[in-house]
Amino acid sequence: MEFFRISRDIPFMRHALVFNVISLLTFVAAVVFLAVRGLNLGVDFRGGTVIEVNYGHSVDFGKVRQALDKLGLGTEASAQSFGASDTALIRLPLQQGVSSAQISDRVMTALKADDPSATQRRVEFVGPQVGKELYQNGALALLLVSIGIVFYLALRFEWRFAVAAIVANLHDVVIILGFFALFQWEFSLPVLAAVLAVLGYSVNESVVIADRIRENFRKMRKASVTHVIDSAITSTLSRTVITHGCTLLMVLSIFFFGGESLHYFSLALAIGICFGIYSSALVMASLVMWLGVSREDLVKPDRNRGMAGDKILP
Amino acid sequence: MNRYPLWKYIVIAVALVTGMLYTLPNFFPEVPAVQVSSSKSAVKIDNALLGTIEDTLKADKIPYRGTELDPIGIKVRFNDFDTQLRAKDLLQKKLGDNYIVALNLLSSSPHWLASIGALPMYLGLDLRGGVHFLLQVDMKAALDKAADRYTTDIRSLMRENKVLYSGVGREGTNIVLRFKDDTERNKARFEIEKAFPDLQVRPQDAAGGDLRLVAGLSPQAQTRIQEGAVQQNITILRNRVNELGVAEPIIQQAGTDRVVVQLPGVQDTARAKDILGRTATLEIRMVNDDPGALEAAVGGSVAFGSDLLYDRNGQPVLVRKQVVLTGDRISDAQSGFDQRTGEPAVHVDLDGTGARIFKEVTRDNVGKRMAILLIEKGKSEVITAPVIREEIGGGRVQISGRMSSREANDIALLMRAGALAAPMEIIEERTVGPSLGKENIAKGFDSVKYGFVVLALFICAYYMLMGVISTVALLVNLMLLVAILSMLQATLTLPGMAAIALTLGMAIDANVLINERIREELRWGSTPHAAIQAGYERAWGTILDSNVTTMIAGIALFAFGTGPVKGFAVVHVLGILTSMFSAVFVSRGIVALIYGGRRKLDRISIGQVWRPASTTTAPAKS
Repeated sequence: MEFFRISRDIPFMRHALVFNVISLLTFVAAVVFLAVRGLNLGVDFRGGTVIEVNYGHSVDFGKVRQALDKLGLGTEASAQSFGASDTALIRLPLQQGVSSAQISDRVMTALKADDPSATQRRVEFVGPQVGKELYQNGALALLLVSIGIVFYLALRFEWRFAVAAIVANLHDVVIILGFFALFQWEFSLPVLAAVLAVLGYSVNESVVIADRIRENFRKMRKASVTHVIDSAITSTLSRTVITHGCTLLMVLSIFFFGGESLHYFSLALAIGICFGIYSSALVMASLVMWLGVSREDLVKPDRNRGMAGDKILP
Repeated sequence: MNRYPLWKYIVIAVALVTGMLYTLPNFFPEVPAVQVSSSKSAVKIDNALLGTIEDTLKADKIPYRGTELDPIGIKVRFNDFDTQLRAKDLLQKKLGDNYIVALNLLSSSPHWLASIGALPMYLGLDLRGGVHFLLQVDMKAALDKAADRYTTDIRSLMRENKVLYSGVGREGTNIVLRFKDDTERNKARFEIEKAFPDLQVRPQDAAGGDLRLVAGLSPQAQTRIQEGAVQQNITILRNRVNELGVAEPIIQQAGTDRVVVQLPGVQDTARAKDILGRTATLEIRMVNDDPGALEAAVGGSVAFGSDLLYDRNGQPVLVRKQVVLTGDRISDAQSGFDQRTGEPAVHVDLDGTGARIFKEVTRDNVGKRMAILLIEKGKSEVITAPVIREEIGGGRVQISGRMSSREANDIALLMRAGALAAPMEIIEERTVGPSLGKENIAKGFDSVKYGFVVLALFICAYYMLMGVISTVALLVNLMLLVAILSMLQATLTLPGMAAIALTLGMAIDANVLINERIREELRWGSTPHAAIQAGYERAWGTILDSNVTTMIAGIALFAFGTGPVKGFAVVHVLGILTSMFSAVFVSRGIVALIYGGRRKLDRISIGQVWRPASTTTAPAKS
């Protein structure tokens, strides 16, 4: 079995402009969604209380909401089905001067009074301060990952690759966030973990292509830069699709079997993997081309002619 | 050609055997157990206690599977949960308050595995159920309290040394003294600096000709007080948790002013929250029993120097503002029974200073009532307001009357747990019920299982024998990952289990890279041996580079993540490391084992290698 039977290099770079325009449009769309709709931040970042209640039978949400209304927890208190029809997820906004322990106990007492089969499965309470910190830490982690990757790639390859890779992959991150803004999916801590994992993972893809570009520069002495890049993408295409397909398989397995709490986590990974293929192969490579990469930048000259990275002037 | 030196095989064999040994404990089911540990450092857990426990169980004909004594305590295993509960109740009754008897689940893996440190993976709270709290210590309150204490101390210091001052008070965390003349002020400054080296004293002349002396805590003292406050609160939390009987509680400082409390396996989460959440301080004050004063206070005019408070039944009590004793003077409190009347009572022990003050106060106030107040978040409640029957010396106090055993127990617990050095507030809570934990394990396991099976089928079909080798390498990766997680006792969370699945999906990348490279080499006409050689060598650089970037993300997640996310990061990072070993080192070893011995190798079973008819014809077909 061999899926990819490509006998000639596909001229990807001839259409580089088209790809870049597509990327730009999706990127702008994602930014617009983020700006207009914003992220639906989960309790981890916004603070508040989440209670998961199991009833052992279908939940009568009318009754649950009635019980909540009686407690006077504010208009933002909500009850939704979670995963199965016998489970309700109750979200409560932060309340001044009321501790989480009290609030979840009060809710459970009220629900139990209404229907004794109600059992508490999970409570999550995050105070406003913690939420803010988690948010800041998340942003800081994203920043540090980006810097770390740029630094490593600049060291291992060349600054053009570093810049191109990080731009291409941050563009993936923004697109994932755009999806979360568009559909108002809940953005929680595990989703943030998924986003950062995607960042590391798609850079990995860019590295594979960058590696090939460098190798091709060495082997294909006479070829033009475009040709070298085309050849690199073409020859790694099979591996790219198979690897990502395999990872996607695992992620889908998490999506289908991992339960409700990993739902958005796996969704973020899946989107990230799909866009990761596209961005590494097409966005990153074309950016490298626009930035003007050349053979001399990557192929180390002989020792006596200077150090790697030195420009050789005519 | 592709032969592997012996030492490499030895490395692989050692890794495999170690991996298997450490993975093994995870396959044994958990059995219900009861864990007995001491609640006081003075109480030792030894073989004598083990004997007592065994005898107690035998006397009551409770069957048990085995006992073991380790540094944490004594563990007794049972066949089922009913027996476990019966045994717990029995042992608690028999052993009394000096021991914590807790329910636990223990691995049924054989003893020799545990003795080489091979334990099952340490499950996070989202997998085994339990409560996680993050508590914030109010540092300002700790400093205010210290300043209050110094204000009192300075007042008595001035009195002892006969320094004339016109007033002393607290302004923020500073203590301000006012004087009429400068010599007295200098004298006061000298005395304060001599007696309290932690205070920084400076004179200050106010606008109205007032001579002031301002004493403030030195920065070092502030730090020390704050550290002390956190430590004291941790100790108190530990006492409270002991009351709950939790097998493996975690109570740790987090950052400068926070405390993490994790109680795995706690079933009654409401009670845990209740007991931990009582961030209460205690005060003993006198009751204002002036005739008519209470009625007037209820009517709206509270007498000067008194507070109108209510007890648990809503009865009003008029209490004087002056504090007789604070909770930190209480060294112990036990519930029990009044020896004369047989009613439930609370026996309280006071420390030296507390006993002296108490003796004076009770001598002067026989026949009057004193109130024990519980102050929770600025709200005071009267726990009990007993009548002083006689002068009480020696620091042993008994409080009795109008309380049930349960109430006596609760009051004793509150008094024993003592006053916190500073109030604490729960700023994060994550509670997972035990059944949800079990479901999460099943879900995580399913994700890995089904994903792996489909992945393995695909890779085997696509790369034939090389695919089988890749799959074996992936299996080795999974085993090593589980082994390392068990070895490090790193916390496994549900996102961590997702990370196992994800890491396997990513780990196959290395093998795909290698296999694609080999195919490519074959396509361009290399001999099979050369293709294998080149495939592995060329792919290695790429594998390394791509894993380093993934690793950077993993490490950042670990550094900034908390709870479940940290669990994800740990598995992710470890998985990358094991995958490099298994995908490159192990898989090459297998390849060498299969193909290396053959001098003349015609073809490799790597699936169909398509060769273009000619490099110049035929456009791309997909």
